[in-house]
Order: sequence, then C-alpha cells, then structure tokens
Amino acid sequence: MLRSSQPLTGPNRKRCREDETLLGMVLDEGERGFIIDTRSAQAAKQARMTGGGTEPKSSYPHWRRLHRALERGRPLQESFIKLVEACNDASITMDRWLSRLESCRWLSHVKAALSTACLAAQCLDREEASVLVHGAEGTDTTLLVTALAQVILDPSCRTLVGFQGLLEREWIEAGHPFHVRCARSAYSHARLKQEAPLFLLFLDCVWQLSRQFPFSLEFGERLLLTLFDNAYASAYGTFLCSNEKERCLCKVKESTHSLWAWLNQPEEKEKYLNPLYTHNALVIWPSVEPQSIQLWHGLFFRWIRSSQYLDEAWAEIQQVVGGN
Amino acid sequence: VENVQLLDRLSSRKAAVGTLYLTATHVMFVENGSETRKETWVLHSQISSIEKQATTATGCPLLIRCKNFQVIQLVIPQERDCHDVYISLIRLARPVKYEELYCFSFNPKLDKEEREQGWKLVDLNEEYNRMGIPNNCWQLSDVNRDYGVCDSYPTEVYVPKSATAHIIVGSSKFRSRRRFPALSYYCKDKNASICRSSQPLSGFSARCLEDEQMLQAIRKANPGSDFLYVVDTRPKLNAMANRAAGKGYENEDNYSNIKFQFIGIENIHVMRNSLQKMLEVCELKSPSMSDFLWGLENSGWLKHIKAIMDAGIFIAKAVAEEGVSVLVHCSDGWDRTAQVCSVASLLLDPYYRTMKGFMVLIEKDWVSFGHKFNHRYGNLDGDPKEISPVIDQFIECVWQLMEQFPCAFEFNERFLIHIQHHIYSCQFGNFLCNSQKERQELKIQERTYSLWAHMWKNRADYLNPLYRSDHSQTQGTLHPQMAPCNFLYKFWSGMYNHFEKGLHPRQSVTDYLMAVKEETQQLEEELEVLGERLANLQKSQLNDNKVKSKQQDRSKQFGLSTSNKNLANTPQEYSHDLKSFPSRSPSQEDEDSALILTQDNLKSSDPDLSANSDQESGVEDLSCRSPSGGGCLPSEDSGKDSDEAVFLAV
Repeated sequence: MLRSSQPLTGPNRKRCREDETLLGMVLDEGERGFIIDTRSAQAAKQARMTGGGTEPKSSYPHWRRLHRALERGRPLQESFIKLVEACNDASITMDRWLSRLESCRWLSHVKAALSTACLAAQCLDREEASVLVHGAEGTDTTLLVTALAQVILDPSCRTLVGFQGLLEREWIEAGHPFHVRCARSAYSHARLKQEAPLFLLFLDCVWQLSRQFPFSLEFGERLLLTLFDNAYASAYGTFLCSNEKERCLCKVKESTHSLWAWLNQPEEKEKYLNPLYTHNALVIWPSVEPQSIQLWHGLFFRWIRSSQYLDEAWAEIQQVVGGN
Repeated sequence: VENVQLLDRLSSRKAAVGTLYLTATHVMFVENGSETRKETWVLHSQISSIEKQATTATGCPLLIRCKNFQVIQLVIPQERDCHDVYISLIRLARPVKYEELYCFSFNPKLDKEEREQGWKLVDLNEEYNRMGIPNNCWQLSDVNRDYGVCDSYPTEVYVPKSATAHIIVGSSKFRSRRRFPALSYYCKDKNASICRSSQPLSGFSARCLEDEQMLQAIRKANPGSDFLYVVDTRPKLNAMANRAAGKGYENEDNYSNIKFQFIGIENIHVMRNSLQKMLEVCELKSPSMSDFLWGLENSGWLKHIKAIMDAGIFIAKAVAEEGVSVLVHCSDGWDRTAQVCSVASLLLDPYYRTMKGFMVLIEKDWVSFGHKFNHRYGNLDGDPKEISPVIDQFIECVWQLMEQFPCAFEFNERFLIHIQHHIYSCQFGNFLCNSQKERQELKIQERTYSLWAHMWKNRADYLNPLYRSDHSQTQGTLHPQMAPCNFLYKFWSGMYNHFEKGLHPRQSVTDYLMAVKEETQQLEEELEVLGERLANLQKSQLNDNKVKSKQQDRSKQFGLSTSNKNLANTPQEYSHDLKSFPSRSPSQEDEDSALILTQDNLKSSDPDLSANSDQESGVEDLSCRSPSGGGCLPSEDSGKDSDEAVFLAV
C-alpha cells in the first residue's frame, strides 16, 4: 500500500515520466494496481483547474482508479461541531433525536471512512493487488485510509506497541498537520479554516472496530480517549507541529517528553490494556451496515453522563479474566 | 418441493438450492448435496406473514416473515407449486383450534411427574410471601375464586385488608372488564404498593362509592403516606375521548387524597404500526446512515420504548423515594399497565433481575393478570387489529436496562431473545390463551410443558458473567438516568437483525467470560482436591490408600486461538456504486468452506450491484447454525431429538 498526494496534472494534462516509472516499478509483471482517490470523481476533475488532477488511464495503464469521496476540511469540522452541540442539547426530545443526529452526518462519515479502508484492505488481501491512496494533499483522508486499513489487515498494528508505531508512521511522520487540524476543537467560535477532526474520525473508526471485535485489539477505549485529548492539548511533544521538518526546527525531541514513553510505563500501560485481548492473526472485516455503527458514547457523552456502571462492568471483566 | 432456492436477504446471487418440506408443525428447507446437512426449520406459529411475489425468470418468489424477525426468501420453480405452498402455509400459520399448536404435540420425553414439577417451578403464592404478604395491611382474597368477579383475573388476588368482598365486587362493576384494583407489587421497606386495574366507567360524571372506597383502602394500607398516585398510562386525549363512551379516568374531586397523573403511552395500534415501520427499515437493502436513522425515527419505536421506561421510572421513584403507593391503569389494564408495572418492579426489586425472579415477574404481571397472549401474538387466527408487540416492548426495556447496567442482571441477552421467541413459538404452554380461566379450561398444565422448566435446565446458557449478587449495581433500586438520555436508547440489532450474523460481533464476550469463569471454578475445585490430597498424604504416610483424583475435563475450547478458523470472517461488499473487481474463480477461496459452514460466524454477502459487477467471491454461502454454538434459537437438546433440533440458515 502506497500513499501520496495528487498528481499535478493540471488543465493541460501534463505527464511525468518519473512518476509513471515509479508507479510502474511497484507492480510486478502482469500485475494490476488500484488507485483509491479519496475525492469524488467530480472534485478530482475540478482539481485540474488549480493545477492538480488525477492519473490518466493512458499514462498509468496498469492502475485502475476508484473514487471514494471522503469528507474533510471545513465540512468535517462543521459536522463535528454540530454533533457536539446536539449531544449537549438537553432540550431535544426522543422523537427528534435521531434526525438531529443524522443531520450532523458524523456517523455517515464514519461509515464512509470504514468502507474505504475496507476497500483498500480488500484490494491487498483479496485481490492481492497493490494500492495507491491519495486525496488532494495526502495529509488528511489519505492517512485516515492507510492507517485504518492497516489496523484491519495487520494484527501487529492492533497491539499497544504496534498501534503506537502505526500512529507515528501514518499520522505523525506522514505529516498530518496536527498543529492546525487539532487547534480549538468543537466549542470554539473561531471556526478556523484549517481545522478538521480527521484524527478524531480515525479514532472513532478504531473504536467501532473494537466494538465489533472485542477480543482483537490489545488496547481499550481509554487509550483512544487519551490520544484524542493529547492531540489537542498535551504535556508531551508527540503531537506538536505539523510535520517532521517543523519538529526538527522546533527541537521537539530535545525539549519535550514523548507521550509514548509515558504510556508505556508498566503502571500506566495496564490502564490502557484490553483484558479480553487475545492475538488474532486474521484480518478483521467490520460490518458497515448502519446498525453496526454506533455513536461513540464514551467520547461524545463523556462529560454528560456518568460512566460509573460501564466502568464497573469493565472492572468485573478484568476480575473475571484476571482471576484465571 | 424440490429445487427450491433459499436466498440471502442482501444478495440474490447467494442462493442455496434444496428441498422444501411442509409438516404439521414446521416448514423446512434442506440444502442439497453439501457435506454438512444444512437445514432451516421454521415453526408455523412463528410465521407472521407470507408474501407471494411476481414470478421472475428463475421462478416464483415467496417471502416468509416471522414473528421473531427472521425473514426467509424462497424461490420456487413452478408457479403451481408456489401457489400450493402459499395456500398451505397460510392455513398452517393460522390455526383455528388450540390443539393444532405445537405445544400439544411437542414431546421432550419427560414423565408426568417431571411435567408437573416443571409447572410448579414458578409459584406465585411463594412470591407474594416473599414480598411479605399477607401482613396486617394486605391479604389474599378468594372473592374471584371461580372467576365470578372478573374472568380475566387470576383466582388469587391480593387486596388491602380493609377491602371487603362487597367493596371489591362494587368496584369491579365500575371498572372496564371488571378489572378492579389489585396488588401487583408490595415494597415492604416503604409499605408502599403498586396496584393495577382498568379504567373506571366514570363517563363524564358517574361515581361509585365502592370504587372510591377501594382506592381509599389502598391508600390506607400505606400508613406512611397521606395520598395515592393514580397513574393513567394513556395520552390525555385518548383518556378524555373514552369518557364519551362512558369510561374515562378518576376525578381528583371525587376520590379523596389522590394525585392523578397522565403518562402518555400510545395504544396497541400505534405500536403495531411502529414495529411494522421499523421492520421495513431493517429490510432495506444497503441503506445509508441517513436512510436508517430517518427510518428509525419515523417509526417512533425508540420513543415508545422510552415512554414505557419513563413511566416505570416514575412509579419506581414514587414508591422508593417518596414512599407513596401507586395505582396504575390504562384502558383495559392488560397492556400498558402490565408493561409499566413490570418495569417498575424490575427497577425496585433486585429479585426480579435474577433469572428465577424474572420468570416470576412475567408469570405474575403478564400471565396471571390476563394479558391477552392469544390475541396479541396470534396463537390462533384472529383479528389482526388485536396483534401488537406489547411484551416485545417490555422485553426490549429490559435489554435497554441491561445495556445501561451491565452488572445488574443475572441473565443475559440470549435469555431475553429466547423468551421472546417462545412467546410466539407455542412450543410450551405458558403463553397460550387470554386468561388463567381459559388455560385452566384447556387443562394446559396437564397437556403441555412449561418453558420455565426447560430454560431453567439450560440456565448455564443464560447467565451474565458480570453478575454478582453482592455487587453494588445489583442491590437495591436501579436509577436510570432521566435526562439527558435519548442517546441511551439503542437500536436492538441483536433482536431485530438477529438472523443476520454478519452484523454482530463475531465473538461473544458473554460466552467467553462464562467459559473463563467456569474454567477458573474448575481449577479452584481441582486445587482444593489436590490440597486435601496433600493433607491426607502428609497425615498418613504409611497408609496405602490411593486417593483417586477427579479427571477434570480440561477440553474447554474458548475458540480464540489464532489457528481456529472460527475467527475468520469475510468482507461485505464495501463498494456499492463501483464496478470494482472482476470475478474471481471459486478456487481462490482461502477459507475451508466445510469448516466455516458448521460455525455461526459467516457474514452473508452484500448487495448485488449492477448485473456486471462481480462480488468478492471470498464470501461464503449460507451457514448452518450448529445449535451447540449456543446460538440464536432455543435449540432444545441439540441433536438428541430431531423434533427439537432447530437449524437456521442465515
């Protein structure tokens, strides 16, 4: 699985031999590849007007392009804000709650993200074909798809340590601009242009997987909530800046502590482990039917409803499993 | 009928071909030529509706919808055969006499005494004793001993001591269907009670001295409170409309010291339609998130569930926090009243959250108090307007509570699902007829078997591994969050999409934890035995006695090792609108089909796209449900008795 940003085809349908050669080299003799473009075909076409575009079939004959429009940027942030508003609105009656939830569109975005990641995973696992994923910049929906696909495909990404590695690779080093994406979150009136909850969407999708495969992830909800918190505001330098270059310039590694170092301490670590975890060597294919996708209570109602009874249940589970 | 196709709901391409059989009690589909004999059995009593659809090139489609929400799509090659099957099923699914029902032919091979013992498992007298009755305020009345006062009530009713037979009879004449106020639950800590009745025949201005005295008697039976709540579970408008028909509700002016309250729960017709709409949403092919949420909201189903729950919470609070007694009624006092009283009791008393206690609760508030099982769940062919998912809603309320309080119930989701199944299956005699009187006349206990005994025998399957009777959650009253709480009500896909295995988590946490608990217990027992053995050896070193150690069965498979293909699941169709993948040859399947087919872990494939697009052929075809998988259906002695073995394909 490869990732990139969009090719700069532009309105004049420019070609680039090096790019074509590079992609050609990825494929074996007679092999076929898939390009998953996370923009709609329409949007991808329009991108040509501003210098971007898509890989033309003629120049990349062994690659087949699939479009899966994933929401990003401003509309995604709006979706997030609306959802948080709805969750905090005590005046909604039961007969309006679901339509209000629907109007936020957040769950649709979760469904779309999971579906696309599964598509990428299918290409690799079932079709045994290589996959190239890109959107426009290659820093948002692209990373969402590649990271999620790996959780689905690769059991080592589902371990605590493996998951941290995945985050480092596919989000932090890959250059997701945390600095601007995770700035003010949902309550701010500022409505910053660059803000968008892609990382939260990723965590939500991982939570959906943990619900559907309760034994297959070594970590639990608590880790996901901690990551969400730290992406926005942290005592650690792990999510600072927007890419490796900036981190170098700011001397992040020299002047801050790593979140991972703290999380991996034995006494901390056990709080994040899933007591039900057993190594599952197989691919985990989630259901993306609407009934299977649920609103992430633990996050969106975190401060609104007591988690006492659920926490007690987890303590019971720990006890039952631990006593063995 | 041969060469019948059984289609997967989501993909018309994944069809199994086999033979369809109709017997006196079941319709069965047996798949052709597979190594494992895959069978689908459906009880006629479970059939809710049969739809004959337009003939296509492949044959004549027949859609069978079941009361337990299973949907079976068949395609019968010859139109003639299809018609015959259709007509037969219509007749078979609508029995006219009780004797046609399965419970009268079902034979679990128990002797007469065992059958009797089974019926004695739940004893309501014992239950009222447990509550602390009779006492100086409450007593058993024999006024209805021959059903002379009210024929839909039990022979044994509990009333305040100060309510004489004269008062009871007088009151019964002033109540719809003569269902006078009687005790449902007594909270001895607070001396407060929950009583139930039907609506008073008050019209616009009628009064009845005895009825007023009856309510007074109930109030006085609670010396700690100077008033009584009267809760009418209907919407105010409906109750007012009833006045024009000579019925209505209690006027606070006429009844001394009552506080009257409407809690609007809609009627059986609204609920029937609500369920119908929700099931239509479940039948949508590859719905978007929007389709689903809008559809669910339009059905109003969760709103109704919440209304019932809120009513139960109100009553539980009145009793537990205010120490005030409550009289509950609706119109006839056998639907909403039953729902609300049982929810309140469940919240108040931890006993009802145990397995035995729950059985008792249903026997008390539903069976003995004359809930019209026959009319509501269509044991026999009757008026379709009487059909309504009343007890289903109560069962769902329990599930919603289980989700909020995972440690509070001794039983698990499977328990609830099996009970729901058997209310419609008519395999046991508990839920037949409309009243105790009718059941007695039919000699149900002598001619059929009790569900409770059967479930009790299998109770290991129904336990909640997180339940501990000494846990804080299990003790005392449950306090569900009142508001905001819309989001707490979830769609119960375990019930309404029960047969679509692909939608549910592949691995059951409940089963895993139960298995772990069992193994832990075994190990502890073994440890104990070894400890004793050691002590013995140490005591008598010269003794030749050999202590035989128990051979513990350690072959517990949790089924979670990676080599176990149980875990393998298959992808659904993730690319709805794309012609993505060219066809793959079947030989590329990477999982052992035969093995998968015996396990309940298959995901059915997904929507068929356009005619040209090809599916992910990695998706296997329909699986056979091994009953030992602890699965969806109350499979009785799996495999032991072919009568009971219920295999279902997904």
